[in-house]
Amino acid sequence: METTTEPGAPSRLPAAAAGRKARPASAGARGGRLRGLVTIALFLLPGLVLFCLLVVAPILVAFYTSTFKWSGLGGPPTEFVGLDNFTRLFANEVFLGDLWHGAVLIALSVVVQLPLALGIALLLNQRLRGRAFYRLVFFAPYILSEAITAVLFTMILSPDQGLANQILGIFGLDGLEWFADQSTVLVALFLVMTWKYFGFHMIIYLAGRQGIPKELTEAAQIDGASGWKVFRFVTLPLLGPTIRISIFLSIIGAIQLFDLVWIITEGGPTHSSETMAVTMFEFGFNRFQVGYASAISVVMFLISLVFALAYQRFVLRRDLEGATTVMRDQR
Amino acid sequence: MNGRANPVISGRLRGLSLHLVVLVIAAFVVVPLLYGVLGGFKDTGQLSTNPFGLPSPWVPENYTDVIMSASFWRQLGNSTFIAIATTVIVVGVSAMAAFVFARFAFRGREFLFTLFAAGLMFPFAVAILPLFVLLRTFGLLDNPFGVILPQAAFGLPMTIVILRGFFRAIPGELEEAATLDGCGAFGFFWRILLPMARPAIATVSVLAVVASWNNFMLPLVVFNDPNWWTIPLGVQRFQGQHASETARILAYIVLAMIPALGFYAVAERHLIGGLTAGAMKG
Repeated sequence: METTTEPGAPSRLPAAAAGRKARPASAGARGGRLRGLVTIALFLLPGLVLFCLLVVAPILVAFYTSTFKWSGLGGPPTEFVGLDNFTRLFANEVFLGDLWHGAVLIALSVVVQLPLALGIALLLNQRLRGRAFYRLVFFAPYILSEAITAVLFTMILSPDQGLANQILGIFGLDGLEWFADQSTVLVALFLVMTWKYFGFHMIIYLAGRQGIPKELTEAAQIDGASGWKVFRFVTLPLLGPTIRISIFLSIIGAIQLFDLVWIITEGGPTHSSETMAVTMFEFGFNRFQVGYASAISVVMFLISLVFALAYQRFVLRRDLEGATTVMRDQR
Repeated sequence: MNGRANPVISGRLRGLSLHLVVLVIAAFVVVPLLYGVLGGFKDTGQLSTNPFGLPSPWVPENYTDVIMSASFWRQLGNSTFIAIATTVIVVGVSAMAAFVFARFAFRGREFLFTLFAAGLMFPFAVAILPLFVLLRTFGLLDNPFGVILPQAAFGLPMTIVILRGFFRAIPGELEEAATLDGCGAFGFFWRILLPMARPAIATVSVLAVVASWNNFMLPLVVFNDPNWWTIPLGVQRFQGQHASETARILAYIVLAMIPALGFYAVAERHLIGGLTAGAMKG
């Protein structure tokens, strides 16, 4: 997977050095095994402490508190309820709605947003005047914060006098309710996500596309392949690893979606745009049902984990054996 | 298909239609931003009667009010301080860990590295409740370090994974030479490895700054006191307070965008390079 450019890497290094396994005990061990171990411990300790205390421990604690009925106030939890929070969760329509909204947003991203990003990346890979400028512009929304994006689009997609409805008005169309209507809120949200994130995926695809040797597409053209066939049988298969990674990132992002939804709709109208993270936040910080909210955190964690492991095992595995190694050899 | 048509003309046509497509997409990206910039110079009445044109008259008060307000600058200062502190901690700590992961062999190395790398997938959302309780116990609510330390901790996986890749690429002969010259592990790390990895350090620093600058969820639960609000939090609260005054909100968010866009203009190469490297290795 490390085939794409490593920007800024000292370029004079022979490829062999990059591929080599970390060398067996270098500086430390020669001067005594103990000294080596002390060095290792000293260098590793700050990171390990920070990570265990503020990342690993909270996740474990979430597992623990998810088995209690607990308001989060006044001392540690005492009322053990076993897996009750989880059975409640999976019987709850709001939570099942969360899962459905996540699935819809993922489907829209994979079917609409990513192909759009891929198309634009391939466009910008052509000889086109000002393409560096376009690349700069298309990526810009990605670096703006979710908060700014959310507030901006709350104004633009406002049902009364928002820019979007004014534009529809020019074409004689009725304005939409956007975030205020249960039937349009997810699509409106997806529109904002596309505005913000397609540039990121475009950049990944551009990097992947530049890793494909020119000779391959040129050879196909010389053999008489049309533009579409070159894309379908040369570019697309070789972009496979990049596309699979971008799908992975898109799905992981959708599972965790919070900022945009919280600021624009808080999950409404009547839970129709609620995501797992929003429900968790609502129960944890507004309704003081920390045990129940922890159960949602745990489910989020498990979904991410199972998805990530399954994806690495079944989808990305081929990339580690096949396409990438071939590409690496050709560079 | 286009083999039969006049190649010059069909080439031009193709170029033209390509440009048209790109321009439409550029409009999709730019129009919302432009609407914000120009809208900030209008009053709310103008926004509904004259949504597309230039402001007439231009109303600079929306912008000047924000620029004159102490709270905006306070938020800018908070965001800056938190971003810098987070970056220094996460890059420093990660560099040390990545050095060990890249250059030493010891039992449990792969396990520990996998533990860190697994952290790539887990956002604040999963840990936010216990994290909140923990920070409350240590009295770190309404304290910038209540945001800085967790941000640094959650930034470790990405930073370590990227830095380890760079550190591994530095040839072993250098280390051997340094050791022969009497350089210890720390001396090699500090005097040779870090200076050589400067481009990588710049890349991960840029990523850390952006992540911190845009973080919303953690400041949302940690900072109750408006004196500690960061820009994203301030933006959200400003909208809450002035819900009906669209033009003022637009001016506020446009001014809030400027530091991020300016940073992007300066650090674009590192940012994009880091993100693609991070994505490919994640």
